[in-house]
Amino acid sequence: MIDSNLSATPSALPALAAALGNSVVWQAPADPLHAPIAAADNFVTIVLSCEPENLPLVVRTLTEDADFRFAAIIPCEEGSSFIVAYWFYRSAGHLRVKLRVRVDAAAPTVPSISAIAHAADWHERQAEDLFGLIFSSHPKLGDFVLHEQWREGVNPMRRQFDHAPLATDADPPMPWSPETILETPGAFVMPIGPVYSDYAESAQFFLETVGEDVVRMIPRFFYKYRAVEKLAEGQSIAQVLLKVERFSGTSAVAHAICFSQAVEQITAVDPPPRAQAIRLLLAELERIRHHLSVLSDVCHSTGMIVPSAQVDILEEQMLRLSCRIGGHRYLYGLVIPGGLRRNIEDDQLQLLADEVQRLRSQAAELFSQLQFTSSFLDRFEGVGITPLEKTKNLGLVGPVARASNLAGDLRIAMPYGYYHHIPAFPEALETEGDGYARIRVLFHEIDSSAEIIRATALSIPPGEHALTALTLAGGEALGAVEAPNGAAFHGVNLAPSGTVRRLALITPSFTNWHGFHLAAENFAFQDFPIMMATFGLSMAESDR
Amino acid sequence: MANWFFSGLFSRVVTTRYPASPEIAPGTTPGRPVGQQANSELAASAAAAMCPVGAIGAHGRDTTVTLSQCVHCQACRQQPGIAWQNDYQWAAAIPPSDSHRSQPVPRAFKKSLHIRIVDGGSCDSVLNEIKQLGKPFYNMHKLGFFITPSPRHADVLMLTGPVTRHMEAALKATYDAMPHPKWVIAVGSCAISGCVFGSDLMTALHSPPIVPIDVVVPGCPPPPLAILHGLMILAGREGELPPEPAIPVVPADPELRKVTSPEMSP
Ligand code: SF4
Repeated sequence: MIDSNLSATPSALPALAAALGNSVVWQAPADPLHAPIAAADNFVTIVLSCEPENLPLVVRTLTEDADFRFAAIIPCEEGSSFIVAYWFYRSAGHLRVKLRVRVDAAAPTVPSISAIAHAADWHERQAEDLFGLIFSSHPKLGDFVLHEQWREGVNPMRRQFDHAPLATDADPPMPWSPETILETPGAFVMPIGPVYSDYAESAQFFLETVGEDVVRMIPRFFYKYRAVEKLAEGQSIAQVLLKVERFSGTSAVAHAICFSQAVEQITAVDPPPRAQAIRLLLAELERIRHHLSVLSDVCHSTGMIVPSAQVDILEEQMLRLSCRIGGHRYLYGLVIPGGLRRNIEDDQLQLLADEVQRLRSQAAELFSQLQFTSSFLDRFEGVGITPLEKTKNLGLVGPVARASNLAGDLRIAMPYGYYHHIPAFPEALETEGDGYARIRVLFHEIDSSAEIIRATALSIPPGEHALTALTLAGGEALGAVEAPNGAAFHGVNLAPSGTVRRLALITPSFTNWHGFHLAAENFAFQDFPIMMATFGLSMAESDR
Repeated sequence: MANWFFSGLFSRVVTTRYPASPEIAPGTTPGRPVGQQANSELAASAAAAMCPVGAIGAHGRDTTVTLSQCVHCQACRQQPGIAWQNDYQWAAAIPPSDSHRSQPVPRAFKKSLHIRIVDGGSCDSVLNEIKQLGKPFYNMHKLGFFITPSPRHADVLMLTGPVTRHMEAALKATYDAMPHPKWVIAVGSCAISGCVFGSDLMTALHSPPIVPIDVVVPGCPPPPLAILHGLMILAGREGELPPEPAIPVVPADPELRKVTSPEMSP
């Protein structure tokens, strides 16, 4: 076990203060030049505020000069105004920036930043649809989350929104059709979904084509929009935890940890070391299972029966292992704010370590076989390429980004919980950015997660598995976790009574679907399922 | 050179023998809470109070569990007054007296039912469990259940998720496109009761439901064996099921609760 020195570096703050000049007001720390920073802090959250007109300049300085990555836009209605919080993070110095912009709720207009930080594009469209915020000079607002059943100007995330008289009942829905660009004779649009011929999740894709090749793909998402963020408002932490775990069941552990982390930050507690260590094991177990599930879809998409069956067997074995360790095949109900719902005994952890090692060698064997199967490789090599520059621009995360050589695994870039205490592991980076690179990243991550479990499972610290009580407190925090699909952020705002005032779920599937069009451009029809499979994204996680 | 022929040949057969005989491999099911008689009325009402979704009821010293509301949060796993039963045959048919219930599946369909899946906003894990049914361990094809690529060929609509407003029209269209006779099986607690996502906002619960439901498979998510059980019930093949619950009831042990879980709700 290595002891990494990962505490935040205070020296980064004066440099940042110099770069930003007086376009911002420093709120925390109030004086960046003499900010006291506790050595134990894993990261520092800087709170800045600025006037709406300075926003583009500040965002440009942060992302282009100071090398920050965009994380989220989280609007919150406070009385008669909106506080729009822009979150950024940087691995160097372990910094997070929360940039607050206040606008009047009666005329809520802020400048769009999506021309500077492209990753913000969908965040702005979403905020426009759900909150009624206007992002001036954004090229494309309207009809995003809410489909044609909703009248324009209805914003369900507004506090005064009353959902009893439904938007749909008043007038007949406006017919909707995709905006097409092809004007060649014979060009047509082929719709796919939202109901599929197999087990796929609800979403719609329109493929613009002139026959054999597809020129462009127009997606329509949010068929599965359950308004989780709205439902959470005013509910207790325990109630919200149920939703956070279940809105995307295949990444339940990651999201439960992310939410718990935010609550623990607000209530200023640390779960006991044993709980942190077991959380890490559960998260890695989930990652292995998730990746196997994606690889199973990948093999099925090529119609190769034997490799598919072999991956399927591994996946079901992982599901059974999860159930034996955690009592639930998708590990629901184990992670709670303050620790774990119940302890996992050492003999169970031994079982986990043994089984994972067995599966690991089988997965490695499978990988080496696939690498020599030309009919398999032919379908993936050079298919669905996401070039590094654009991947970076759109701020893609997770295995998809790593396949294009974009680093940013939060377990390494911003270690949280027990990730400080495990041996360093390499980030699984590939360079080609094609389907085959994504498959290799998945196999490498299965292997590194198995290695993490091997190195950790048998030296879990003894002690309690949960704090006996959580002192309730109000406040706001951002949880950040590397979910199986990439970086997930949960913005949590608690009232002093401990109920949730606002929940914002920024999920890796949401981030990465935004970049799916990079891969899905000028391709052959039969490659579409293959590209979908290698992206491995969840609609439930994206739609919320 | 990879030789898939041999690697396929040398993999042992993993497919479950259920329903010919019970499946007893560990980890195939999370089990389920069942009501029992608690030591005191106080213990029974304590059990009812601890369920975050109100699935547990207390009547004197007896507790009851409404499985179609349970979200498998595991909070009551070691709760006195609740037993945790490690079985999976918990799917249920809606009684024929219900006016929305379709006619029983005729003999000619029993050994070949074609299924169309509609995802009404599910969490993905329930779809993943359905997916397992087509994979080596469960292989529903050998029992005569198939996923069909077109609603025109479908006999059964398999519904998952709480049915969001955006999916209502697609669900109706799919159901209408299916030829008669047709049946609906609702898989997962949220497809039955809306569960933690049931609200007027996006996932209104409809009465009568948008599509008439014939068989329900509660669970969050229900394991593949429970879904298989539901399909067997739908097909009217109860006679082929193993009689006993596979694994006996495990009584709750109060000693297991060493540390109380953190008090989270105000
Ligand atoms: S498992 Fe959770 S939801 Fe289900 S009955 Fe027990 S406490 Fe209620």
